[in-house]
Amino acid sequence: MTIRLVAVGYQGDWWAILTSPFMRDALLGGTIVALAAGLIGYFVVIRNTAFAAHALAEIGLPGATGAVLVGLPVAVGLGVFCVGGALVIGALGKRAAERDVATGTVLAMAIGLALFFNSLATKASGTMTNILFGNLLAISHAQLVMFAGLLIVLALSIGFIYRPLLFASINFQVAEAKGVPVRGLSIIFMALLGLAVTMAVQAVGTLLLFALVVTPAATAILLTARPGVAMLISTVISTLSVWVGLGVSAMFDLPPSFVIVAIACTAWFLVRVANHGVRRAPEDLTRIPTTWHT
Amino acid sequence: MFPPDPDSTALAFDNVSVERGGRLLWSQATFQVPSGGIVAVIGANGAGKSTLLQVILGLIPVASGHIQVFGKRPGEDNHSIGYLPQNYAVRSDHAIRAADAVMLGLNGYRWAFGRSTAGQRRRVEEALESMRAMEFAGKRLSQLSGGQRQRVAIAEALVARPRLLMLDEPLASLDLRSQREIVELLQRLHQDRGVTILVVAHDLNPVLTLLDSAIYLLDSNAHYDTINSVLDDALLSHIYGTPIEVAHCEHGELYIRSVV
Repeated sequence: MTIRLVAVGYQGDWWAILTSPFMRDALLGGTIVALAAGLIGYFVVIRNTAFAAHALAEIGLPGATGAVLVGLPVAVGLGVFCVGGALVIGALGKRAAERDVATGTVLAMAIGLALFFNSLATKASGTMTNILFGNLLAISHAQLVMFAGLLIVLALSIGFIYRPLLFASINFQVAEAKGVPVRGLSIIFMALLGLAVTMAVQAVGTLLLFALVVTPAATAILLTARPGVAMLISTVISTLSVWVGLGVSAMFDLPPSFVIVAIACTAWFLVRVANHGVRRAPEDLTRIPTTWHT
Repeated sequence: MFPPDPDSTALAFDNVSVERGGRLLWSQATFQVPSGGIVAVIGANGAGKSTLLQVILGLIPVASGHIQVFGKRPGEDNHSIGYLPQNYAVRSDHAIRAADAVMLGLNGYRWAFGRSTAGQRRRVEEALESMRAMEFAGKRLSQLSGGQRQRVAIAEALVARPRLLMLDEPLASLDLRSQREIVELLQRLHQDRGVTILVVAHDLNPVLTLLDSAIYLLDSNAHYDTINSVLDDALLSHIYGTPIEVAHCEHGELYIRSVV
């Protein structure tokens, strides 16, 4: 038995690959997805719904394999399941999104269903891999148009609900007392998250979505406490990850999803390590120096 | 007597009863709280103290009766109420700075993007200043101590210049120094602005010097009386369901203690 070690090979014609039409579509699609992920990711982090975001991606899986089974476009099945799942989680309220056991159980059921649908269809196994790990290179023109439309909806919606959503995320009870419709906002936010997840799954896949939606936003929040700036930084990290990821994958013939995720995760790791010293030492300023007692 | 003069009466309760989850919390609440007072809300755990605040905010409907808050229905003008929920200071948000949190108290309910105005930023500074919180205004909430976070939270409640300030356990889980700082700041706030203050407190001792009256929840009824009438051994023992004694310290201050 021989073991062959396949080396990572440099491809001399990478510039030709990068400038080819299918790569242009991948870059465009990846950029749109990265912008959407950056926008929604900030709120995913501050609302503590990271697990829900991951869950939604996997809830989309049976939607995708089911769509192949009945002959619908994958994106439609994915969208219906992601947004539908998001609305259910949103309607159950903030607490339900944090109920790990319930979410995890629904997840397991969803993945089981996906596997079942996949076993019924004959040509679905390619879909399964694409949904699990994403495939930016397979993005179609129809998808590009849909992505652009979704991004506009997402950007306009977030622009409109920005401040009340921030208020409700940071200070739920006071926001409610000031007349912010916190439950309605929670449902709208989850629906928007469902849309963003639908897009991001097609770029990096269900299993790697976390790294494009949540990780850049978490990195940005470590870097700044200004909400607007954090959203900008998180968008920049997502976009750069996609661009550099596609470039590197063309140069060395690697799966784009892997490189994209590796870049986003490395950025988070470096910022986290650099920040470690800074996050300490606030408590000492307020130690009780006086002898005051009752 | 009802409806009362909205200028001199902060809260008017007319035979109010409140239920939660089908269970009667308290009923027969008929009293008026004059504006400008500092009022304790006392009662045993689960008696419905926090619920009282939510009823005043209109977040929970009354089962029967009528409430007026400065002559208006609950929830009709919540911008005249500053609200500090229970356990606010326990959570520490890493994502946002103290000054931004206070700014949300001023414009957080407005739709669409919008930059804060110079006037709004002045209001935020004024609120932080009144809680002596300016020196850590630029820090993340997670970098502050519990006492500092509580001062920021009260500044957030104050920033819209409310006529009524409702604080749910503002001193819980704070050390003695932080407790005293907040009591002093509230005292000054009351003197300077004449704001009516409602304080839910399970431990009355730290706030005792502030209080002029109390709403107390006893045997599923809500009552209102002056603080001197409430500071009665038999009444307090009844409210808390354990023997309690009002002791006099050597400097003349009162002190409530549980008698073993």
